[in-house]
Amino acid sequence: MATVDKPKKTSSQQSYKVIGTRPIRHDGVDKVTGRARYGADIYPSGVLHGAVLRSPHAHARIVSIDTSKARALPGVRAVVTGNDMPAVASRVADMGEGAVNIDHLSQNVLARGKVLYKGHAIAAVAADTVHVAQEALALIDVKYEVLRPVLTTQQAMADDAPILLESLRTESLGVETGKKPTNVAKHYHYIKGDVDKGFAEAAVVVEREFNTATVHQGYIEPHNATVFWSADGHITVWMSTQGSFTVRQQMADLLNLPVSSIKVVPMEIGGGFGGKISIYLPPPAALLSKRTGKPVKIVMDRAACFEATGPTPGSHIRVKIGADAKGRITAAEAWLAYEAGAFPGSPVNPGCMCVFACYDVPNGRVDGYDVVVNKPRTNAYRAPGSTNASFATETVVDEICEKLKIDPIEFRLKNASKEGTRRIDGPVYSRIGMYESALAIKNSDHYKSPLEGPNRGRGVASGFWFNAGLKSSVVASVNSDGRVSMIEGSTDIGGTRASIAMQLAETLGIAAEDVIPTVGDTDSIGYTDVTGGSRVTYATGWAAYEAGRDIQRQMVERAALIWDVEPQDVRYENGRIIGPGDRAFTFAQLAAKAAETGEPIIGRGSSDHNQPGGAFATHVVDVEVDPDTGKVEILRYTAAQDVGTAIHPAYVEGQMQGGTVQGIGWALNEEYFYDDNGVMRNASYLDYRIPTCLDVPMIDTIMVEVPNPGHPYGVRGVGEVPIVPPPAAIANAIYRAVGVRMRRLPMSPPRVLHEIFARK
Amino acid sequence: MAKKRVVTTTINGRTTEFLCEPRQTLLEVLRDVLDLTGTKEGCSNGNCGACTLLMNGRPVDSCLVLALEADGAEIETIEGVAPADGLHPIQQAFLEQAALQCGICTPGFIMSAKALLAENASPSEEEIRFYLAGNLCRCTGYDKIVRAVQQAAEMRQEARF
Amino acid sequence: MRDFEYDAPTSLADALALLERHDGRARPLAGGTDLIDHVRTGRLAPDLIVDVKKIAELNRLELSKNGLRLGAAVPCFKIYGNPDICRLYAALADSCRIIGGIQIQSRASVGGNLCNSGPAADSTPALIALAATAVIAGPKGQREVPVESFCTGPSRNVLERGELLVELRFPARPANSGSHYRRFIPRNEMDIAVVGVGASVVLDSTGQKFVSARIALGAVATTPLFAEEASRLLAGMPVDDSSITRAAEAARSIAKPIDDMRGTIEFRLHVTKVLTERVLREAVARARAQK
Repeated sequence: MATVDKPKKTSSQQSYKVIGTRPIRHDGVDKVTGRARYGADIYPSGVLHGAVLRSPHAHARIVSIDTSKARALPGVRAVVTGNDMPAVASRVADMGEGAVNIDHLSQNVLARGKVLYKGHAIAAVAADTVHVAQEALALIDVKYEVLRPVLTTQQAMADDAPILLESLRTESLGVETGKKPTNVAKHYHYIKGDVDKGFAEAAVVVEREFNTATVHQGYIEPHNATVFWSADGHITVWMSTQGSFTVRQQMADLLNLPVSSIKVVPMEIGGGFGGKISIYLPPPAALLSKRTGKPVKIVMDRAACFEATGPTPGSHIRVKIGADAKGRITAAEAWLAYEAGAFPGSPVNPGCMCVFACYDVPNGRVDGYDVVVNKPRTNAYRAPGSTNASFATETVVDEICEKLKIDPIEFRLKNASKEGTRRIDGPVYSRIGMYESALAIKNSDHYKSPLEGPNRGRGVASGFWFNAGLKSSVVASVNSDGRVSMIEGSTDIGGTRASIAMQLAETLGIAAEDVIPTVGDTDSIGYTDVTGGSRVTYATGWAAYEAGRDIQRQMVERAALIWDVEPQDVRYENGRIIGPGDRAFTFAQLAAKAAETGEPIIGRGSSDHNQPGGAFATHVVDVEVDPDTGKVEILRYTAAQDVGTAIHPAYVEGQMQGGTVQGIGWALNEEYFYDDNGVMRNASYLDYRIPTCLDVPMIDTIMVEVPNPGHPYGVRGVGEVPIVPPPAAIANAIYRAVGVRMRRLPMSPPRVLHEIFARK
Repeated sequence: MAKKRVVTTTINGRTTEFLCEPRQTLLEVLRDVLDLTGTKEGCSNGNCGACTLLMNGRPVDSCLVLALEADGAEIETIEGVAPADGLHPIQQAFLEQAALQCGICTPGFIMSAKALLAENASPSEEEIRFYLAGNLCRCTGYDKIVRAVQQAAEMRQEARF
Repeated sequence: MRDFEYDAPTSLADALALLERHDGRARPLAGGTDLIDHVRTGRLAPDLIVDVKKIAELNRLELSKNGLRLGAAVPCFKIYGNPDICRLYAALADSCRIIGGIQIQSRASVGGNLCNSGPAADSTPALIALAATAVIAGPKGQREVPVESFCTGPSRNVLERGELLVELRFPARPANSGSHYRRFIPRNEMDIAVVGVGASVVLDSTGQKFVSARIALGAVATTPLFAEEASRLLAGMPVDDSSITRAAEAARSIAKPIDDMRGTIEFRLHVTKVLTERVLREAVARARAQK
């Protein structure tokens, strides 16, 4: 069941012709017939196949690497190690959704000196077949001096902890404060109001401690890269990525080359969720291509995807909230430590900013710590950092509601962040829909229906994500048949060709099908940031709008030329170009005349706007817990979210449903299960248990449309926030069902059963 | 190295011969040798269903079939589902229901759905979810996929295929 | 993947000759759903893979008044696709329906599941509950081994070099009998059993008393276990909560599980008892429905 809720309709909304409709996506036929070409589907002539040798140890010094036997194997063409990577500067580069130190990225791509996690890449081989390449890996002789691994933030922050990176010093509030080697890369600190006074005014104060496990994005398509280093010095990279320009920049940084000598051709991408921004395979593939003069293709196996790409961090969080007798929050405090993995850069800072973002907190204090451990270097995963933090906050809020005997939705309505609310980390909200998302749940059929039966419970939780703006480019050419060919720079991970094309179609007053979208490579379209941060429909959509306005202007000028009138006497309206008297062209009529009356009409649009409008969601879930096994069944689920303007509602629902189910997986079963040596014991889809379709019900959605004032069509990002509320909503429902408070993720059957036993 | 062998099989209705090593899986040969890249690799150990195809009418994970085992078999891949002049109703239903986001799992789901509807013309939601549990999707949360299969079943009842 | 040769003999004699000639360096391939993955990951490194699916004896699926003969290479879907097997040997069909997804069931065989000898194999407790016997052929001729004695450790079993599992033989089902296999998994499909329980019961003509029972456990020890004491406790007892609880407690007492990524010792012990009770109740319901 899907509902669209428009709290405040604007006149412009009602007049949309394309926005809000559900056309078949432009790339749909290719994707249901198997014709769409994904990253691993490219086979340049003469291609060699690569494979990567990975560390069996979580923490070790590399004493020596001998590749001679591997190089001697028939069919092997080249072998590279970390020593073949150029030296790079230690400087931080922004990647759109997280920043990274280039030297660390280089060491992550191919280890030098030390291996810092099980699966850390050490060497790569190119051979005639993938089987020969794999056989060669077994012939590479690496000698290690094994070191004690550090696997949790608690271990890493202990005084006697083994140090991962000798050069690391703690940075606090932007300055290096630590003098000695440490595993704590950064300390973030935010404060607002008088926290002690706020707690003193509280009628009830709840403080709890939480732990969440490392989880993986779980995209079904493994990482891949095919690279050709031409004799003329140009490099072509074919791969699936969330950002072709981000890959180009990383390649330039890592290989010490100008960006213009690298072309990245984005293939179709089989899921990313934040995990396909950082690069792993292209640099070794490039080095192997340079050695052999042939294109080199490397595809990761599933185990490497788990062990050697960036999952999102496990965390250790304390949250304390005080409220007065009427249920108004008086103060809030949080302490968050996130596992960065082998190199600094966990999303603990967004976690700090999101932890209380749903609420108008008058007095607050947040401390966050970015801590390196012997696990893969973490990366973004859908609203990175927010889900961990929200699990803590929303569970504590539920306890406060229980103590004060306040309905959890009423509590949220009372404390919701609104336009003008100042977040603890500083920013003041523009028009947002936190209140509306909670209200939508309150008014939902689900929330109004009683839940009956033993061991059943209902839980609610809210969540926040910033969304991002950043840079995008679009070029659109008017064809003589009245259709428009559009090239844009955002790799299409879930239907954004359609949502961008629809905004161009709306601007031009033509049908969605009359825009033909193409995702361009880095030589074909202007700079465009990553597909991440829920930014594409907002920012690339805005660039499409600008390109449409550019076409409008040119078509007005062209009509004026044809009619021999002044351009200011011609206007563009609903896909028609209207002049003085009864002169008018349809878009198609003028497009047909364009070729014989002047230069081609090409619209260009680029955007760099940063008012993406925050996204808020409130979810309600009914569960049934088997009290004899601790297994949690999701009976019913409804997600309400402020979606700004839903451009293509079916794909907005899809984002909400998909994010919710990822959140359900995170809540119930997903975790990196490590042994004491830092070896992940469940690096497969068999034991890293993402939900199957038998594990979830239909996910009902309520799209609350609070248009974003910072976008011409009111768009706000919708993709990320739906993953945030589920773990807390389910924890709260479990409490209502069987009376146990779960404060560790995942809430797997053994853990729930353990708590049930402990309660008895 | 083990000698390459000739395999004769029927793929999407056409007799096909190929050469392969014993260690090559059917998935690998389809993709790397026969340019049938619609069948996708997701995990290579039978846990995601992205490489699902029909072998003698049964859905199998082609990552767990040796190419040599296909000798004499009838294979149907995603490339063989649509008629020359359009789409199969399951494909049409996936598009109309917006049942794909990234699309990498879609070929596997369509093959499994085809096998399901051949066995069970009007499956319940529970039966659909049970049958498709061997196909993982990380984007959609499955809601729209289940609806697409329901729609395809209805189209089948209306004798549209 | 490591290099290997492949052969697909059409007679049992040829298959045995190949296995003998390669003296421990050959592996039989039935459904391949474990074998191919194990070769890919390097857990197994055979020089020769012997595809046994073209051998008539291993494809046998015969139900008669003497019982059931199940060829070692028969895939799961053929087993639960047979309505008589579903009715008479329900525990077997139950297990075949939940091994992997549909795709796996198109290929995976019960014989392969047994020979892979994983402690958590789903079909093995069902075989034990149904008193199946493994028929093994080898260089020295044929021999029979009760399934409860087949597995000797994780990935280890009684098969000697050159031997091949040919079929599984099940005795005929008595009147008033019912059976069931169920496992606990964190998801609802596609998982390895955290605990698995198979049970078969024979009731008296009134359906109120146990004549006999066989209970088997999976995933709680280094091999699937026949819960002999628990089974014996039910014989002659009334069908009631206290008999079932007593048997379940006895079953739990022989479980020696480990802590791993699938479950804790505490969890597995408790769930062994819970599942045994649930499985017995369902087996009883099926026995009563047989009438």
